[in-house]
This record gives sequence, structure tokens and C-alpha cells, in this order.
Amino acid sequence: MVSCLVELQELTVLTKHFCRHNKTPLSPSCPLLPCMHIIIWSTDRLTVGPPMITDTKPKAGIMKVNFFLFFLALTGFSLIGHSVLRVTKDTKPNSEMMKFLQNANTLLLVVAFVSLTGLIFLGYSSTSLRYKEKRFCLKLSYKQPSVVGPDGKVVPVTPWLSPIVWEGTFDPLLIDSIYRQQNITIATTVFALGKYTQFLKDFLESAEQNYFVGFRVHYYLFTDQPEQVPEVKLGEERQLTVLKVPSSNRWQEITLRRMEKLEKLIESRLVNEADYVFSLDVDTKFYGRWGAESLGRLIGVIHPGYYQTAREQFPYERRPESQAFIPYAEGDYYYGGAVIGGLVKDVYEAAKTCREQLDIDAAKSIEAAWQEESHLNKYFLYNKPSKVLSPEYLWQDFKPHTNEVKIIRFSQVIKNYAAVRPNP
Amino acid sequence: MKLYVFLHRLIYLNTNQNSCKPQIIEKVITKKNWKLKNFGLRSPVGFVYNQPSALVSRTDVASVTSWLAPIIWEGTFDATLIDFIYKQQNLTIATTVFALGKYTRFLKDFLESAEQHYFVGFRVHYYLFTDHPEEVPEVKMGENHRLIVRKVPSMNRWQDISMGRMEILEKLIKNELASEADYIFCLDVDAKFYGRWGVESLGRLVGVIHPWYFDAPRDKFTYERRPESQAYIPVEEGDYYFTGAAFGGSLEDVHHLTKTCREQMNIDIANSIEALWHEESHLNKYFLHNKPSKLLSPEYLWRDINAWAAQIKVVRFSHVAKNNAEVRPNA
Repeated sequence: MVSCLVELQELTVLTKHFCRHNKTPLSPSCPLLPCMHIIIWSTDRLTVGPPMITDTKPKAGIMKVNFFLFFLALTGFSLIGHSVLRVTKDTKPNSEMMKFLQNANTLLLVVAFVSLTGLIFLGYSSTSLRYKEKRFCLKLSYKQPSVVGPDGKVVPVTPWLSPIVWEGTFDPLLIDSIYRQQNITIATTVFALGKYTQFLKDFLESAEQNYFVGFRVHYYLFTDQPEQVPEVKLGEERQLTVLKVPSSNRWQEITLRRMEKLEKLIESRLVNEADYVFSLDVDTKFYGRWGAESLGRLIGVIHPGYYQTAREQFPYERRPESQAFIPYAEGDYYYGGAVIGGLVKDVYEAAKTCREQLDIDAAKSIEAAWQEESHLNKYFLYNKPSKVLSPEYLWQDFKPHTNEVKIIRFSQVIKNYAAVRPNP
Repeated sequence: MKLYVFLHRLIYLNTNQNSCKPQIIEKVITKKNWKLKNFGLRSPVGFVYNQPSALVSRTDVASVTSWLAPIIWEGTFDATLIDFIYKQQNLTIATTVFALGKYTRFLKDFLESAEQHYFVGFRVHYYLFTDHPEEVPEVKMGENHRLIVRKVPSMNRWQDISMGRMEILEKLIKNELASEADYIFCLDVDAKFYGRWGVESLGRLVGVIHPWYFDAPRDKFTYERRPESQAYIPVEEGDYYFTGAAFGGSLEDVHHLTKTCREQMNIDIANSIEALWHEESHLNKYFLHNKPSKLLSPEYLWRDINAWAAQIKVVRFSHVAKNNAEVRPNA
């Protein structure tokens, strides 16, 4: 806000200055002010991070900086040359020398124009480097919220007053009755590429028993082998759409590309077809009710391995070069990447932002510690979920049961990583 | 050339818009269009289920209702975090208060204490309805706080005054506030602020649990029990007993609430029946079938500053002692 005001002031001064100058016809300093303007603008866009961030300062790629400096130098020289040579503008060409100088003058003007265009181009194409980080620029430090209180009782509400959904905090009959009146459609995306198709049967069969029973559910199944999709009998008002996608050699690629596919699916279909959307991992199974208590504008689930961990030990991405970087002093919960949900519109924002951040990282050849889960955690830190699901909604089969988690609803099956992943 | 500069100005400003807003997703600004045009959390009439508790539903959990609306108690929210998040949103909170007849004597304390505790640091517009505008005291308003006084006709019965509020509110929201405010709260004037009342209380539809009934079983609630009234609630139904002295929410939801209550009250008048606790009974009926998205604990409307209860760690807003016979126009 402050920098906006400063810029506005600067702008007004520049314009006033320019207007004053413009009183003289064909003033030679005409082009100078807007040129200075463009130079300042593109410098700003390309190099300097917003003053408030102390930890994230991505800089333009080296190539871009080189181009930028080149164009800058070119503009500078041609402007200086033009100023020097402008005296020849109005004189008659009565000698070879004069003619040459006048031509040189015009040439320099053209060069200045071209390099300014280059600067503008660079400025604009650097959009993706900077505009999203401005969203993460306000720093506030506060105590880490706890999931289990000091007396062993689970906490039912976050410090920003979003409910945390545990068994016993809601009445399933009441909640179902409220949402059934709303005639909603819940889209559910699931990705099963390569050998992961082996998990589909259990996933779908257990979903039919436990997942939004009695509601309209539309599964969107992304796979590279549609023929491997098992025949599963679906309940009334439930349907399955299979979408073929290309495969990949790396499991990390597969998982982080999900954001992009989710974003595109929402854009192309879900805006018209569904009210809520959930994106779930396929190597999991339902063991208990997952119903309308999980609906809300933006839903995250607390990762089962970290609900009692201090924020400094969360496996956030800790390298400042990555867009997913979160400093040690920050963080609410560690959210699992296996579950994202909410209103179509809000999940779209989340997926889009994560995908953009992933692309920026990819351009810099950096891959976050836990791929899109790291980016999702960053998003949720600054765009707080309106409802948080307890680890009942994302467990891991190999973990022993704990006191706080009284019922397991959705859990990752034990699998042999070497056997199912295309790469280690 | 001028055009050139002008265009630059536009581009420059446009690309430098800072949207550094950690957002809280549950915010609702009425002007937004949601695909989900659903109106709150409707529950069917006659649906019977276990009564939820205002204290604790399970020994190790508290502070949410059985439809997952938070109940705000001291300690359930982080004030700094919440303030920080909401300050980004440039909100205006309208607050209506009615002071007719002798009730103008409560205004000074109400307004002065509000300036100390009520949405401090946010934009607040007070709409004060009175039949004696000349008795409105001079109270120094903070920056961003405005007081708007409206004259309304006097009435002979305090019950009519109380119930008439719904219609006035409905008109106010529809005609004026829709484009001016984001949230609205309707508060009783014979009360005073003693502690923080801030943005933790904002939500789509907000009800306050009545300070005398937060630990009572549902069959002891003073709902209207005569089936002839529109405010009738059978003995086996009911979640909480809400007070009529404080309620609020987003403009759209409160408009629907006031409109429905006003319509129901008119039907009752036509049938010559007056609900036991007037508009409070109708409000409770509304909240039973249109579940609030957030509940405020009795800290937000307490019995009396000198009264005590184990669960109330902070008294934020409380009725002041008054002599009913003396201030009311009728018995």
C-alpha cells in the first residue's frame, strides 16, 4: 500500500513535469519522461523483491537479466545520442556531415524505441516471477495452534475459528439433513497412473460404502490405462468418468502434475457440473463415514504423522529459493497433500496458485521437499482453510492407532514403493 | 504523447496492485455471487434428534455445535490473528440500537463503552432509532465510527416497541445498508460493554446464547409452546435458547431473518396471539430451522456484571440493572 502511494506520487510529479514541458511544441524532451518511466517500471519488475519479504526473493533468470541490461544500455546510449544530435533536427541538410548526423539521429530514435519495447516485453514476461509472491508478504508471528491440548483433549476449532472435524463434534443425521436439502453435486478427482490402477477397486468399492452416501457424487478418474479400470457397481446418482492422460517416468512428476490437471478440469467442466470438489489420493481406502461434515469453502486435512509436532519440525520446504518456502517461525498445521477440497471456485484458486508456483520452481530446477504437498501447505498458511479435517480423514495403515483418533475413515494402504512406482 | 503517458500510468498502477492478503475463506461479503445460492443451513420442520450441549459434547472437545458452527468462548480464538486477517478486508459493520421513551438514559453508557470495546479499529456505523432525538447524548466517536440518529414514532407498549424492531430493521437493510455495510449487529440498548467484542463474532448468521438458559435442557427453554402461534416449537425440539437482545450476520442473512420474523409476527397479530417472549420467540424459531453459522457464548450477553458462572471467564456485554416498572411505558 505504501509503495503504491509512493509510486503514485512519483507518477504525478513525472506527469506534471511532462505537461509543463509539453507547452513548447515538439519539445525534444518529449519522449524522455515516458522512457524514464518505462525504465523504472521494468527495473522494478525484474530485480527488486517487495520490501516486506525477508525470506522469499526470487530473482529473474540470468538470461533475462542479461537481456534487460543490454536493452537498458541500448536505450541509454540512444537517448544520449539523440539529445546530442537533436540540434541538427531543424537545420537544412547542406552538407554530407549534416545529412549523416540527421540520419544517425533518426536511427538512434528507432533504436531507442526498439529497446524500450524490449524492456516492456521483459517487464511483462516477468509477471509470473513476482505477482504471486506479493500475496505472501505480510508477516505475523503467533503461537503455533495445537491439535491436541495439554490435557489430552482434542481441539475442535482453529484460532481463526474454523472447525476441526473430529468424531463427536458433529451430529451426522443433522448435518446430512441440512445438506440434502441443498441438492448438491460433489465432484471427486482421483489419479491412477501406471501400476496405481491396482488400488482402484478397493478405493471405489469402499467409497461406495462410506463416501457421501446418499449424495450425488461424480468421480473423475485420470489414468493412462483406461482398460485397467475395474468394473465397480455404483450407487444411484453416482457416476464415473474416465479421463485418459499421458504417463510419466517419475512418480514425483505424476503427483505434482495433478494440480494442473485439477485446474483444467475445473475450468472446463466442474464450473458447470459440480458444487464441491475433492481431490483424493488413490492408494487409500475408506473405512468409515466421510460425509457432509467435510463440506465447506476450503478444506484441508491434517497430516496424520505431524499433528503433534512442533512447527519447526514440519517437513515444509525450507530452501528460500523455492516458492514453497516457509520459515521456521511460521506454520499452523502440516496439511496432507492427499486431500484437498471445497467449493469449486476456491479449489480452483488453490490448484492454480500451486501450479503456478510449481512451474516457477521447475523453471529454476528446484523441486520442493514433498512436491505439491509443500506448495499446498504454503497456500494454506496464507489462505486459511474454512474447515480443517482431523487425521481421522487421512490416516496411514502402517501407523498404530492413537488415543485421539477414535475412528479411521480414510487411510493409505501399505504398499511396496519399489513395486508400484515407475522410479525410486 | 499525452495519451502515451496516460496509458503508462494505467499500466503502471494496474500492475502494482498489492494483493498481499492472507485470506480467511469464510468471509462473506453480500455483493459476491456464489454459485451456491443456498441460504444458510436449513433444517426440516419436525426433525427430532439429540439435544446439543452448550458446554461440552464430549469430554475432550468443546466449542462447536453439532452442525459444526463454532461457539465463541474466551480461549477459542486468537484475537491478534483474527484482527489481522479481517483488517485486510476493509469491512463496515452496521450496528442498530433502539432507545425509545425513557430508554434514552442508557445511551451514554452504551455508546461510551462501545467506543472502548466494540470492534475497536474497524469501521462502525451506529444507527440509533429514537423518538426523542434531542435526548441523544454527545459521545465522542473514534475515527471511523459514525452515529446516525433516526426518529421513529413512540409507542405505548414496550412489547410493541420490541417487536417493531424487526420491521424497522428489515426496511433499513433493504433500503440503505445493502450497499454500505458488510455485517450488521442488532443490540439492546439497556446494556453495556465490559470487554472485547471484535471480529471473532463475524459470520453469516450469528446468534447469542441466552445467559439464563445455556445449561438448561431443551424442554425448559421458554420457547412459545402454543401451536396456534407461528413461533411454536414442540417440547422435543430445540438446540439452544437464543437471546433477542443481540444477533447479527451478513446483510443478506439478517434481512431474511428480520423479514421472516416480521411476517410471522403479523400472522400472529392477525390471529390475536402474542408469543411468550415476543420477537425473541420468533427469533428462536427462525434459528431452529436456519441454523446460525456462528454462535456467541453468554460472554457476549451476560446477566449482570456482578453475576458469576464457572464457564464465563470474561464478561463482554451485559444488561445493566434497571427498574422495569420505571422505564417501561406500560406494565
